[in-house]
Amino acid sequence: MGPVPAGVLQLLALIAALALAHVPLGTYMAKVYSSDKHWRVEKWIYKGIGVDPNTEMRWPAYLRGVLAFSAAGVLFLYLLQRLQGVLPGSLGFRAIDPDQAFNTAASFVTNTNWQSYYGEQAMGHVVQTAGLAVQNFVSAAVGIAVAVALVRGFALPHSRLRSSGGTPIRTGELGNFWADLVRGTVRILVPLAAVAAVVLVAGGAIQNFSGIHEVGQFMGGSQQWNGGAVASQEAIKELGTNGGGYFNANSAHPFENPTPFTNLFEIFLLLVIPVALTRTFGVMVGSIRQGYAILATMATIWVGFVALMMWTEFAHHGPALQLAGGAMEGKEVRFGVGSSSIFAVSTTLTSTGAVDSFHSSFTGLGGGITMLGMMLGEIAPGGTGSGLYGMLIMAVIAVFIAGLMVGRTPEYLGKKIGTREIKLAACYILITPALVLVFTAVAMALPTPAHSMTNSGAHGFSEILYAYTSASNNNGSAFAGLNADTQWFNSTLGLAMVLGRFLPMVFVLALAGSLAGQKPVPVTAGTLRTEKPLFTGLLVGAILIITGLTYFPALALGPLAEGLAS
Amino acid sequence: MNNSVTNTARLLGAGLRALLVLTLVTGVIYPLAVTGIAQALFNGKANGSEITADGKVVGSSLIGQQGYSLAYFQPRPADGLGENSVNTQYKLILSGATNRSADNAELVTRVKEAKAKVVAENSTADYRLKPSDVPADAVTSSGSGLDPDISPQYAEIQVHRVAEKNGLSVTQVEKLVDDHTQGRTLGFMGEPRVNVLELNIALKDLVAKH
Repeated sequence: MGPVPAGVLQLLALIAALALAHVPLGTYMAKVYSSDKHWRVEKWIYKGIGVDPNTEMRWPAYLRGVLAFSAAGVLFLYLLQRLQGVLPGSLGFRAIDPDQAFNTAASFVTNTNWQSYYGEQAMGHVVQTAGLAVQNFVSAAVGIAVAVALVRGFALPHSRLRSSGGTPIRTGELGNFWADLVRGTVRILVPLAAVAAVVLVAGGAIQNFSGIHEVGQFMGGSQQWNGGAVASQEAIKELGTNGGGYFNANSAHPFENPTPFTNLFEIFLLLVIPVALTRTFGVMVGSIRQGYAILATMATIWVGFVALMMWTEFAHHGPALQLAGGAMEGKEVRFGVGSSSIFAVSTTLTSTGAVDSFHSSFTGLGGGITMLGMMLGEIAPGGTGSGLYGMLIMAVIAVFIAGLMVGRTPEYLGKKIGTREIKLAACYILITPALVLVFTAVAMALPTPAHSMTNSGAHGFSEILYAYTSASNNNGSAFAGLNADTQWFNSTLGLAMVLGRFLPMVFVLALAGSLAGQKPVPVTAGTLRTEKPLFTGLLVGAILIITGLTYFPALALGPLAEGLAS
Repeated sequence: MNNSVTNTARLLGAGLRALLVLTLVTGVIYPLAVTGIAQALFNGKANGSEITADGKVVGSSLIGQQGYSLAYFQPRPADGLGENSVNTQYKLILSGATNRSADNAELVTRVKEAKAKVVAENSTADYRLKPSDVPADAVTSSGSGLDPDISPQYAEIQVHRVAEKNGLSVTQVEKLVDDHTQGRTLGFMGEPRVNVLELNIALKDLVAKH
């Protein structure tokens, strides 16, 4: 078998595994977020936090919870890195510099996981496991919580008929943030990550707390290795669509991703929760078919992008790759071109940003596909939680466009999309492009940022465009030739991550609150059927046109110019 | 005003307490439990898949090494590898790729030079290696710089040189390569590959026995 059919078979195997897994996982997650019961361990946790998990929150309260928890996260992670020099269990590594510590704290709390640092030489055991890995869990749990809050906004009063005499109460309540945070962590992420981590160790990923030790080499001499709790972090790094952690080479490092099987398994992990959340959504709004329509939209874009990526990478245009006879620069032999292409697309269409091969050395068009994936807002299937809420915002926009075409007040899932709702959705989709384009333009206009580029010309511009796209969309992957460990990049990228994470959440929760307070409108013959393939088509079109066109001029200057020249 | 300050402080306190409790769960209990299971069930793998030759540890089967003499099979180039610049009490390898783009002039030169070198080194008195037979992995750097593998094609074109340098027959070395070629997992995952360190250890054994 040639590499192309093998690549296609790996894609099909992945689709089959996701199709099987998303149903029970999605249904389970719906149960987790709808249940009235608390586990005993959760009760202890609530006691520790000092909150009542049964208090219903309206959207401002829910948002305050998200922001307070995240602010505490940034502060704690910043201090942990600044104090590394005096922390025990840190291999004697010194403290991280202030600008890099801010960047990394912002990065891990916002689910971006951009690595401005070299993991192997900078971060000791304590910062890795008690700092970075913890945010890998909780930032993912926050993402899912916000998505679930939005789903409740649509679903009420379907899922919670807390009624007196059968009349649903519409109060604009969205649930309890602390309960959602704790349940997502304890009932979903920790058990799944534990199983996944053991599978990764079985494949060869390391899991120990050894210090740096010296081993002999074949030709004599020796080499020094880092030990570390790598597998346990790798598991949640993929599962929580995080993407950062131990080694500079990320999931290309054999200790993080040792075999072809672990590679496919890691791709599966980074897709499974965002995909399963479409099921959770379907169950919670009381129509599995609505979930399928969203899933079909995500799958269409993902499969299309993978096909394009495989085509351009196997064709390996570009002078160096033509000369080499294949697009193997920055790729590992055990994965090859096919599997690396699937990983690259999956990591940039989710908010993961882990890499098993280096995007900067992909073909010009291949690099463009990874960027476009992020620019679509990472919604196919997107990050844990952020993918679903991003896609639902696009669905609101698509419904609105359809409403304009036929001259009817748009509605989605029985809720009217009025002026307030469409304003909030429009603000949401404007934030990230504004951050990406303004920061990129400013960086290009200033004299010093360009000194960080490894490559010149169109590709040099792409390095900077990629960095701000990745940060603002909370992806975390890079055209890693860019030396981003400068005060300028550490600060502005950190800022882009924070604004790109929390401003959209403000609008999502405000929208959720507004929907939750609405009385549902009955379905009539004139209602747009959002569970039908026609709507999926409309949604795919809206996504590609709206976000695609926003970025077209920037893409034309970078990856398109490079791709078309070769 | 005073009221909202207290409220904010109370909320931040709750956030901090939540973080600390969840740090205990996900940052202490979880990694320790996974480490316990990993160390008990997969001790060798959890500690880096160390590999021994003549009773001595000579590296990890997962971590590619550089610097083999021409009597041995050569690994892929690793131009993206670095050395540590902070915490210099250690001598750490920094994994990494070159990140050079497909149209980067330095990369073009590097591939050209690597190809010429591979052709020159592997052509022997009775074997002429054609540049078009050099596979891509032989002239490009991997993503990690630590790629432990080469493609079977890259191993194949090194057979004549290795046989000649070690006084072995081509068939003997070819068989060695075949024995160490791993196909795709389950027939379709990843790409076929040869682990360079394992192959070279076996080669050394064969030469010693010969």
